[in-house]
Amino acid sequence: MAEYGKRERDRPWIMRTYSGHSTAAASNELYRTNLAKGQTGLSVAFDLPTQTGYDADDPLARGEVGKVGVPVSHIGDMRALFDGLPLDQMNTSMTINATAVWLLSLYVAAAQDQGVDPSVLRGTTQNDIIKEYLSRGTHIFPPAASMRLTTDLITYTVSEVPKWNPINICSYHLQEAGATPTQELAYALVTAIGVLDAVKATGRVPESDFGKVVGRMSFFVNAGIRFVEELCKMRAFVELWDRVTRERYGVTDPKQRRFRYGVQVNSLGLTEQQPENNVIRIVLEMLAVTLSKDARARAIQLPAWNEALGLPRPWDQQWSLRAQQILADESDLLEYADLFKGSEVVEAQTQRLVDSAWAEVQEVLKRGGAVEAVESGYIKQRLVESNAARLRAIENGDRVVVGVNKYVEGAPSPLTENLDEAILTVDPEVDASQRAALARWKEERDNAAVEQALAELQRVAKTDENMMTASIAAAHAGVTTGEWANTLREVWGEYRAPTGVAGATVKTSGSGPAAETIARLRKRLDELEVRMGRRPKLLVGKPGLDGHSNGAEQIAIKARDVGFDVVYEGIRVSPEQIVASALEEGVHLIGLSILSGSHLALVPEVVRRLRDAGLGDVPVVAGGIIPEADAERLRRDGVAAVYTPKDFELDNIMSDLIDLVDRQHAAE
Amino acid sequence: MPPSDPHDDAQQVMAANKAAVSRALNLVEDRRPEAQTGVTKLLAELKDAPKAAGGHRVGLTGPPGVGKSTLTSALARSVRQRGRTVGVVAIDPSSIRSGGSLLGDRARMSFDPSDEGLFVRSLATAGVVGGLAYAANSAVRVLAAAYDMVVIETTGVGQSEIDIVHVADTVVLVIQPGSGDVLQFLKAGIMEIPDILVVNKADHDELAQRAVSDLRGALQTAHAVGAGSGQDVNWETPILATSATQGTGIDELIDTLDEHRQHLEATLAGRRRQGEVQWTLDLFSRKHGEHGVSTLGGLAQLKARAERDLDGGQTPLSLCERLSREYVTALGKTP
Repeated sequence: MAEYGKRERDRPWIMRTYSGHSTAAASNELYRTNLAKGQTGLSVAFDLPTQTGYDADDPLARGEVGKVGVPVSHIGDMRALFDGLPLDQMNTSMTINATAVWLLSLYVAAAQDQGVDPSVLRGTTQNDIIKEYLSRGTHIFPPAASMRLTTDLITYTVSEVPKWNPINICSYHLQEAGATPTQELAYALVTAIGVLDAVKATGRVPESDFGKVVGRMSFFVNAGIRFVEELCKMRAFVELWDRVTRERYGVTDPKQRRFRYGVQVNSLGLTEQQPENNVIRIVLEMLAVTLSKDARARAIQLPAWNEALGLPRPWDQQWSLRAQQILADESDLLEYADLFKGSEVVEAQTQRLVDSAWAEVQEVLKRGGAVEAVESGYIKQRLVESNAARLRAIENGDRVVVGVNKYVEGAPSPLTENLDEAILTVDPEVDASQRAALARWKEERDNAAVEQALAELQRVAKTDENMMTASIAAAHAGVTTGEWANTLREVWGEYRAPTGVAGATVKTSGSGPAAETIARLRKRLDELEVRMGRRPKLLVGKPGLDGHSNGAEQIAIKARDVGFDVVYEGIRVSPEQIVASALEEGVHLIGLSILSGSHLALVPEVVRRLRDAGLGDVPVVAGGIIPEADAERLRRDGVAAVYTPKDFELDNIMSDLIDLVDRQHAAE
Repeated sequence: MPPSDPHDDAQQVMAANKAAVSRALNLVEDRRPEAQTGVTKLLAELKDAPKAAGGHRVGLTGPPGVGKSTLTSALARSVRQRGRTVGVVAIDPSSIRSGGSLLGDRARMSFDPSDEGLFVRSLATAGVVGGLAYAANSAVRVLAAAYDMVVIETTGVGQSEIDIVHVADTVVLVIQPGSGDVLQFLKAGIMEIPDILVVNKADHDELAQRAVSDLRGALQTAHAVGAGSGQDVNWETPILATSATQGTGIDELIDTLDEHRQHLEATLAGRRRQGEVQWTLDLFSRKHGEHGVSTLGGLAQLKARAERDLDGGQTPLSLCERLSREYVTALGKTP
């Protein structure tokens, strides 16, 4: 029936690449190239200082400026980022949460400077703080203040920027944190419910307009390699959201009840071993969110094949974009109605997910809802447990990962012949140049106007007025990201979220080779304790602003389960804090986890400070996305061992750690 | 490491040198028989530290999840702002299966790493079922010699509460709104009535108000059934509402702690001595069991003996050693 020639096709989804690095000018150039290659939307990656409300000159920003995204400190940076890109024609997605109100204010102000009326702006602010507490770790303020910022942004855009998606509820990071499909569905839905209830509680939206708010809610979803299940998960999402919006919020307009979502497919399952295989994984995962017409993504961004090695280069990102274009424009997918309607298999699996997720939604609501279940650590603990189970299944081979625990032999890949050139490296000078530019900015602006704008921000923060108006005025006045956030820190304080590790229970089998390994490790630690007089004590630290704590959490739990006393400090600790903790706690060993690429700045600093504090003999190991050349340098600087994603066998790491303590004790 | 001089070490601990405090804590945690002499000597050196007599030992206890770590962090910060120094012992349970532990209290605390006047050490219970950690008593002595206030933070409703009475001057029980179990324990007299009750997470006025009045009712019932410490009829347990995350109620808590410390002024020495007697008996009976106790004349006699010898300058550790020797000798004489 296929005829050559024109057929009616659905409009393809928006194609984006999550990108940004170094400086606003460098990122602007990247965006222009990406748009020229046929990308249809922008997805801005901000660096960690911008995401967590610090300027480049803050001590906490050390080593992080321009690393995982672009630094945007003020309206000058925002103008440079979109130089020559007319904002009335862009569809811009911003991965920004704790500082979302601020970055949207800069965007609105930059649009006004371009002569664009904010009411025509299109795009998305991620603005989902719950999953930051649970997984991504870029939160700043306590839950109540954070939810207030979230609802301020929503109520502002619903009336002033009606085509904007004010929030992207993220199940994406829940899956990265280990969530099962059921958990992903349930925790995303309770987050949405928590946000909508909070908007309702502001009393700012008239009852008759509430459907509009519901209609602007959008989701950001993950798609993993079990792509049939993932496909069913997306269909379950559609059904559950329809139920929530109808039953809980009484929305009658079906358009406002539609489940609108964007996707970044799974980065967690990308492998460092035989990394070229990741291209196939990425394509399969994309199918899960595109094949169902009735549950198709509205925007997709794909990771690059080499993300487990380091930062992708433009060519790597182009390869992923081409995958989308081939599926949308070259294949016949968009010519058909829903492919699975009436499929018994798909419908049954979808129903199973709907039922199990709904039960978990009720469980969380019974516990007081999403915010309460974050503060009590309930959700976090469930995620940590699921992640431990996932890793165990990979370790013992129950879950096949090609090239990792099966079919590991392979010819050398020409793609990674020169590993150091197979990834992007950020110029280490970016840090200094951004600091210098910031100093110039502060010198040239009208500081009296800045003071006034900050005073107004502080005043509004103490009331229940919307923060947007004062923030947009502050953007125009030349206020910086750090100044905005620090003003609010003074009013609201900061928050350290539950880590979920202490109460997490991990099921271990009582017999078999895995149980024997654990028993052997426990016995060695018991013997060491007798010899040393104290049980070996491990400090797990996450220096820098990177909040991806899953790796550190799993190491901490595993170490406890083989018998270490483990001090885990949570995310965002400075090298000074790590050394102070090591001293006060009397630890025998330190493990550092860094995924933001700032390991070369942070790890040697910890080692140096330990030496200065008289703790030079405490062994330090590091884990993260660390290219081999960097690992070599770290080892030369005195790091005892470096672990990367290819070291998935936690038992082996534990055995190494015990060796290190043993050797150190013998030397004393 | 080179052998160190207990007197010098003690001097450095009393000067609140962090490296020295840390070394001293490592020593008191050391279970090797050869370390015991060092521990006994060190504690003897620290017994009359100037800080220790004037200081305040605060026990913070309550069920898991009520926000004790965050409260400890807020409390420590505010006490520091008042110019006093703080040492914290945070106790977490060890895994029964692996013997390991996850000491997560630091994760909820935010502090300035360059602050010389704040010291936090996490300890695992390490097989001491339901009670305080093995080294907790000694660790509190070390920190009390170095810092103005020592906070002992421990999870649980049960044995650890009873133990904490022996080591803390003031026992603070922390609960959150809706803690039905704790109310029942209090009412039934299963749980000792603490010196101060704190309703944490009191972010919502209404719920907190209700929790406070529920507690008040529970205390009345408890008194009516004759529960409670019974030692201190002149102190009416205050009930406070705090929100550690929002920082409310913390100043009031410090004021109340100070009031209780003041209230104890005349009786403190006796209270601490009772704690030491109990510690001595615990140490001895853990080591030698009931047979040990009866061989040395029974509990009442041992208690009187401990009171006398501790007054005479012994520490619980040195006394326990002496009692052990006597027991062993007595065993030799038994046919």
